[in-house]
Amino acid sequence: METYRLLDPDGTLRDDPAAEHVDAELCRALYRDMVLARRLDSEAYNLQRQGELGLWLQCLGQEAAQVGSIRAIRDDDQVFPSYRDHAAAMCRGITAEALLAQWRGVRQSGWDPAEHHFGIYTLVLAAQLLHAVGYAMGVARDGTDEIVLTYFGDGSSSEGEANEAFNWAATVHAPVLFFCQNNQWAISTPTSAQFGAPLHRRAEGFGLAAQLVDGNDVLAVRAATQRAAEAVRRGEGPALIEATTYRMAGHSTSDDPTRYRSEAELDHWRTLDPIDRLRRLLEREQWTDEAFVADLDAEADALGTEVRRVCRALPDPDPAAMFAHVLPTGSPTVDHQREAYAAYSASFEED
Amino acid sequence: MPTTLSRAVNEALHHALATDPSVLVMGQDVGGLGGVFRVTDGLQKDFGPDRVIDTPIAEAGIVGTAIGLAMRGYRPVCEIQFDGFVYPAFNQITSQLAKIHARSGGRITVPVVVRIPVSGGIGAVEHHSESNEAYFAHTAGLRVVAAATPQDAHWMLRQAIASDDPVIFFEPKCRYWSRGEVAADADLPLDAARTVRPGSDLTLLTWGSMVETCLAAARAAEEEGHDLEVVDLRSLSPVDVDALTAAVARTGRAVVVHEAPTFGGLGGEIAATLAERCFDRLEAPVLRVGGFDVPYPAARLESHYRPDLDRVLDAVDRSLAY
Ligand SMILES: Cc1ncc(C[n+]2csc(CCOP(=O)(O)OP(=O)(O)O)c2C)c(N)n1
Ligand SMILES: [Mg+2]
Repeated sequence: METYRLLDPDGTLRDDPAAEHVDAELCRALYRDMVLARRLDSEAYNLQRQGELGLWLQCLGQEAAQVGSIRAIRDDDQVFPSYRDHAAAMCRGITAEALLAQWRGVRQSGWDPAEHHFGIYTLVLAAQLLHAVGYAMGVARDGTDEIVLTYFGDGSSSEGEANEAFNWAATVHAPVLFFCQNNQWAISTPTSAQFGAPLHRRAEGFGLAAQLVDGNDVLAVRAATQRAAEAVRRGEGPALIEATTYRMAGHSTSDDPTRYRSEAELDHWRTLDPIDRLRRLLEREQWTDEAFVADLDAEADALGTEVRRVCRALPDPDPAAMFAHVLPTGSPTVDHQREAYAAYSASFEED
Repeated sequence: MPTTLSRAVNEALHHALATDPSVLVMGQDVGGLGGVFRVTDGLQKDFGPDRVIDTPIAEAGIVGTAIGLAMRGYRPVCEIQFDGFVYPAFNQITSQLAKIHARSGGRITVPVVVRIPVSGGIGAVEHHSESNEAYFAHTAGLRVVAAATPQDAHWMLRQAIASDDPVIFFEPKCRYWSRGEVAADADLPLDAARTVRPGSDLTLLTWGSMVETCLAAARAAEEEGHDLEVVDLRSLSPVDVDALTAAVARTGRAVVVHEAPTFGGLGGEIAATLAERCFDRLEAPVLRVGGFDVPYPAARLESHYRPDLDRVLDAVDRSLAY
C-alpha cells in the first residue's frame, strides 16, 4: 500500500483533492497546536531532568500524527489514548497541570475522561484497544453517531489484546478507529522485530478498512483520519490507520537510545520533522506573517512558564488519598486501614 | 569484590548460557539494550541474538513459546519487564506452565524460568511496583522464589535454571544496585529459608525487598535491648515450613513482613501455618506488616504504602507487649 501524503518534506502541497481544502487558517491552527505541544513536551522533559517529575515520555516528533488525527474527529468522539499522546490531549483542552500530575507521582491520572471525551492514559500496552471496542459497541447500541478513536504504538500491536480488539471490532462492526503511531521503535525493539507483515496489511486480514499515512504530514493525517472517521460514522465498519512517524526522543527519560540506534537514523528523521514541514508550506504560501510568528512565540513562552509553575506547585498528596476510591461503594477493610494509619501517623507527632 | 544484585543475575545467566546450550534468554529489550534494568547487559553480544532473544511485546507469547521450547528440550529463561506486565501471561503461567507436568501424568516437564523484577521503592509510575507473588504461590505446580541478595540472586537463579520445575523468580528491583559478596558455591538449596540474623526475642519472617528493612529494624531494636531474629523465606512456594516453625518455636513470637497487600498475602498463610504447627509455643499472635489493601499508590505516596522500619518496629512492640 502506498503511503498517503499531501505535503512533501520541502513544504510543497501535492496535487490531491484533499489539498483543495487546505488553507491558511487550517494550517496556522494545526501549526499552533504542534508548536505548543512541543513546548509543553520539552518543558516537561527539562522538569524531569531537574527532578520535578519522576518520569516523562516525550511525544517529540509525533505531533503531526496526534494533532492531525484528533483535529479530524468531533469533540464528542471518545478517545482512548496510550501514554505519550500529550499533543492530542492538549487539543482536547487538557491542562498542563493535569498532564504532569501523573508523571510527578502525585496521582495516578490527571483529568476527567467524560469532560474531555479523552480517557486517562493506559500504561499496560494494548488494554485500551479493547475498551475502545466495548465503548464503541455501547455507542452503536445507543444509536448515536459518535465514533471512538484509540491510539496505540507499533510495539503494542503485538499484544494478544490488540489482535483480539481488531478481530472483535470487525466481527461486531463497531464504530471504532484504531490509530497506530508507528514511531519505528518500542523501547529498543525495532518494528522489524515486532511484526512480520506491516500492520496495515494485517488489519485488512482482520476485516478492518486500513490506511497507511505519512504520520509526519499533519495535513495527510488529518485528511485520512477525516475520511476514515466519516466512513466509520456512516456505519461502514471499523478502520485502522497506520501513521508512519518517529520517536525523536528516548523511550522515556530513563532510556538511553544511543545504545540501540544511530545518529544517522535520527538525522534522516530530522529532515522529516512535522513542524518544519508545515512551516515551509506556511512560508511558501505566505500564510504566515511577523505577527503570527511573534504571537505564537509569546504564547509558547507563556505556556512554558505556566508548565514550570503548575508543576512545581503540585502539592504532595495527603496519605489518605491512597485509601480513596478503592471501591465505589467503599470497603470496611480499607476504612479500617485508613483510620489505623492516620492514628499511627499521629502517634509520631505526639512524640 | 562485592557485586550488585543485577550483576549477580547477569553472571548467573552468563554462566547458564555458557555451560548449557539448551538455555535461552528471552524477553522484551533483553538484547541490545540489555533490559530496562541492564540485567542482561552484554549477553546478546556474547551469545548472539538466537540465544538472547528480543521478543515482540507479547507476554502470553513469551511464556507460551517458552513452554513450547521447553517441550522441545530447551530451557528458556523469560524476562517479564515489570511485575505489572506479567498478567497478559497469567493464563499461560497458571493454566499451562503450572499444570502441564501433572496433566501429562509426569510425561512432560517444562523447565521454564520466569524472571520478574518486583515490588516498589523506585518511585515508578503505576503497574511498575507490584508485589504479586501471592497469585503465583497460590497456584500449585509452580516453584516461586524471591532473591534478596546478590549471593541468592546468583545461586538461586542458577539452581532455578538447572531445575526441571517451572520457577517464578522474583528480583526486588529496589535492590538491583545493592552490593554483596557472591560466594564460589551455593550455600543452600533453592527451597530453604535462611536465617540472616539470629535472635532470641522475636522472629521477623520476610523476603525480597523487605529483608533489608527487617535487618534495619532488628538493628534499631537492638539499641532498645530487643534481640530480633530475621529469617528470609527465599522460597515462597513451597515454603520451608520446618525452618520457620523451628525458628518461631524458639523465639515464641513472629511478625511476617511483606510488601504485598496484607489481605490474601502470604503473611496470612504463614501465620496460619505457624498457629497450626506451634500454637503452644507462641507467646503472641503472629502479626503481619504489609502493604495496604489499595492499588499501589502514586510515587509520592509509596513511602507511606511500603512497610518501613517504623511500621515493623510498631508490630514488634505490639507482639512483645502481648
Ligand atoms: C503489557 C505491557 N508489557 C510491557 C510494557 C513495558 N513497555 C512500556 S512501553 C513499551 C514499548 C511500547 O512500544 P510502542 O507500543 O511502540 O509505543 P511507543 O512507546 O513507541 O509509543 C514497553 C515494552 C507495558 N507497559 N505493558
Ligand atoms: Mg513505538
